[in-house]
Amino acid sequence: MSTAAPRRGVLARSARLPSAGRAPTTLTAVRVVALLLAALALGATLWNGIDERGTALAFGVLIAVGELARWSGAEERESAPLGAAGALAYALLGENAGHRTDHGVLQVVAVVVAAALIGCVPHVAQGHGPTLDHLARRVLTVAFAAVCFQPLYDQGRLLEWGGPAQALLLVALLVLTTLCDAVLAAATAHARTRWPFGPLLRDELRATLGIGSAVCATGAVMSLAVAVVGLWALPVFSLPLLLTQLSFGRYAAVRVTYRQTIASLARATEIAGYTPAGHARRVAALSRAVGRELGLSEPDLTVLEYAALMHDIGQLSLVDPVPAGATAALPADEQRRIALLGGAVVRQTGVDAEVAVVVERQADPYRDQPVTARIVRTVNAYEEMAREAGPTGPLTALEKLRLGTARDYQPQVVESLARVLSRPGLTLPWAG
Amino acid sequence: MGSVPAWARAYMACVVLLAVACLAPLPHLRVSWGIVALLAVLYAGCERVTLPPRPRGAGAPGGETTQQGMGTFLPVLLAGAFLLPPAAAALVALPGALLARVEQRPRGPRRIWRAAQLAVAVWAASRIYGALGGRDALVTPDFPYALVPAGAAVLTFCAVLTVLDGGILVLAERAPVRGAWRGLFARSLAPVAVHGLAGLMMAVLWRSPYGPVAALLVLLPMYVSCWVFAQYHRERAAHQATIRALVQAVDIKDGYTRGHSERVGRASVLIARELGMRDERVEVLRFAGILHDVGKLGVPTRLLRKDGPLTPEERRIIELHPEYGHEMVRGIGFLGEARSAILHHHERLDGSGYPYGLTGSQIPEFARVVAVADAFDAMTSTRSYRRARPVPAALEELARCAGKQFDPRMVGALVRALDRHGWHPAVTADLAPADVSGTPPARPSDTVGRSAP
Repeated sequence: MSTAAPRRGVLARSARLPSAGRAPTTLTAVRVVALLLAALALGATLWNGIDERGTALAFGVLIAVGELARWSGAEERESAPLGAAGALAYALLGENAGHRTDHGVLQVVAVVVAAALIGCVPHVAQGHGPTLDHLARRVLTVAFAAVCFQPLYDQGRLLEWGGPAQALLLVALLVLTTLCDAVLAAATAHARTRWPFGPLLRDELRATLGIGSAVCATGAVMSLAVAVVGLWALPVFSLPLLLTQLSFGRYAAVRVTYRQTIASLARATEIAGYTPAGHARRVAALSRAVGRELGLSEPDLTVLEYAALMHDIGQLSLVDPVPAGATAALPADEQRRIALLGGAVVRQTGVDAEVAVVVERQADPYRDQPVTARIVRTVNAYEEMAREAGPTGPLTALEKLRLGTARDYQPQVVESLARVLSRPGLTLPWAG
Repeated sequence: MGSVPAWARAYMACVVLLAVACLAPLPHLRVSWGIVALLAVLYAGCERVTLPPRPRGAGAPGGETTQQGMGTFLPVLLAGAFLLPPAAAALVALPGALLARVEQRPRGPRRIWRAAQLAVAVWAASRIYGALGGRDALVTPDFPYALVPAGAAVLTFCAVLTVLDGGILVLAERAPVRGAWRGLFARSLAPVAVHGLAGLMMAVLWRSPYGPVAALLVLLPMYVSCWVFAQYHRERAAHQATIRALVQAVDIKDGYTRGHSERVGRASVLIARELGMRDERVEVLRFAGILHDVGKLGVPTRLLRKDGPLTPEERRIIELHPEYGHEMVRGIGFLGEARSAILHHHERLDGSGYPYGLTGSQIPEFARVVAVADAFDAMTSTRSYRRARPVPAALEELARCAGKQFDPRMVGALVRALDRHGWHPAVTADLAPADVSGTPPARPSDTVGRSAP
């Protein structure tokens, strides 16, 4: 969104800035805690030496390989499932082929940190290294799991309970760990982007059901299997998880491709001269940001994005192009007719019916619309008006939108749009 | 069972008898029936399990692909083969296979066939596993030796399924004898091996002090994997539907005979195969053929459908369509080389084409292929202003223009390919929604391959 840069400057002065000072504090705190923990663990381990070197080495190699094999599909939450599972398994390891292990919490953290750092080297060298936050999260999560499990195990209580109970305890611990991880992830994401915390947490938890549960189960199984058969369990059970990772990779790839195809379909109206270049893309990016701000869930955001990309596609069926593609200036009946045409086209493309509904209803009064359609309508109108009105366009457009909140535009959406536009460091996510 | 040929019926009866023979020792067996029941219920549950609702924004069109199942859930079966005596292990497969969802008709025979086939395969795997002393290796547990019987069991399982599957393909589906077995084994081995490892881990944990609870945890990653794989298929189907819609929009707007784009895609593939291109490049070239005219979406319909001669101005506008098309698909990463083919498919070898007037080898290879395929289909299909020419006449015309307009290499390849395969212009787009990517339709007796994420 290069063209939006000057606008932001204008708006930043006029609109209220959200509390800018508080947000990075959380982020810094998380990083500092993780860093201190890692330094403490590494120092203590170097000082005392490593217990059970073979086991530590095997898990270290597994985690490093897992980090090496991580994929850069940015959409999914956990990009190095094997590394995560290996780290959790080491944190929850009580026995090795029937012998008790006595590596402490600090050694667990030290091994995980060292292995993750080694596994990161090639990624960093290629320029798309894992972020600091990725490592910080890994360290904190593993430390949490180890702190919960190792002292309990060392007291010998678990042995009295018997095997099945111990397995169940592991599952419970992992669920707890996952919850903590989700909260941590949502908090850092909130601190970074200042999107609302609740929906972020909900999305994190939903993502946990997918690959997160596979990671947890694998972690638990690995630690139990190592307890029974020794280190041979590691390679044997890494393969199924690699398979899962492969499936996720392919799924992510096809999603990216699909999105690119939709975007190119959206570009058809621009090439045909019905709408200005980049309009659909800008509306989609801005709609997504507003949807985020309003706390829509990830699946809803996808619907919103696709609908925003294709919202003008009904114009392909028009005989004469609307001047500059500005539908917001047309009479309501005409707007609605074009919207219905667009919905028909979208239905043909095999995209989810919900997307078609949003496109169809984009010209209705906001009280009749689903929230996604309200966002598309408002953002589209803003884009068209702001483009026409020259340097003061954004302000004039927002003002006009505010005047239209009785019937056409929902007041909350307009205010959310104003907040989104006022952000100084607004980076609109866009792939393709 | 009316649609099943007599030979196939006899073959099926034999396999069913074999399965019954496998199950025969059951009454005299001393085995913990609790494990059998639990595994059978698990397997049946995994087979019947309903998928969670698909992610929104990624719809499958018309619901014809929404019934995609999870595939055979092998870890449970293989764990049964490792834990139980052969007859009991075979029994585990029965309820799940008989209750499983079957999409294609006839459903009854397919279910029975599947149950019998799996029972025999599991029995054989379990037998081999026991013979190699796997069950003792499980209790101790003796690693890495335990991997040997497990590996042998997986190979046996795969081999039995392949042989039985190939037989039914030959007899019921009339597949050619040589082609039936080819690839079946190799394709199914890798996924079955991974599932086998999961099954082994499950069996080991089951016998360990941690018991069945820990064993069940093994299934979770496998389940997630299958689930994601199903999602992947849905998303891919949706993507293909979108591309198809894009192509249909062009065809309708252009007023050409329906299916021109798809036929060009098919002719391009024929040429590419003849030239011995790699499979991935052939696939991309198919898309290049299908999407070559996508830029016509940007040209006013009035011009495209105009009956009389075009003015120079109008011609100039129409000749913009390769650039429009390139502009549209620029952002689609997987199209790769196809994008330049879309831009250059109207270039001519002697430099008299558009948009850039490239000559000879300056024109990308894919563009030269698509140009020949496009011209060939334009000549052999009926247009509003003239009748279709017969294939030999069209080929003659192509050969006449080879060297000036077309690359002789591509023309030669098309001639040879048509000699070998013939030209079947019946186009799938007129019928039910077709598979744009040209993956072969699911194998009729889909068994092992289906489980392969």
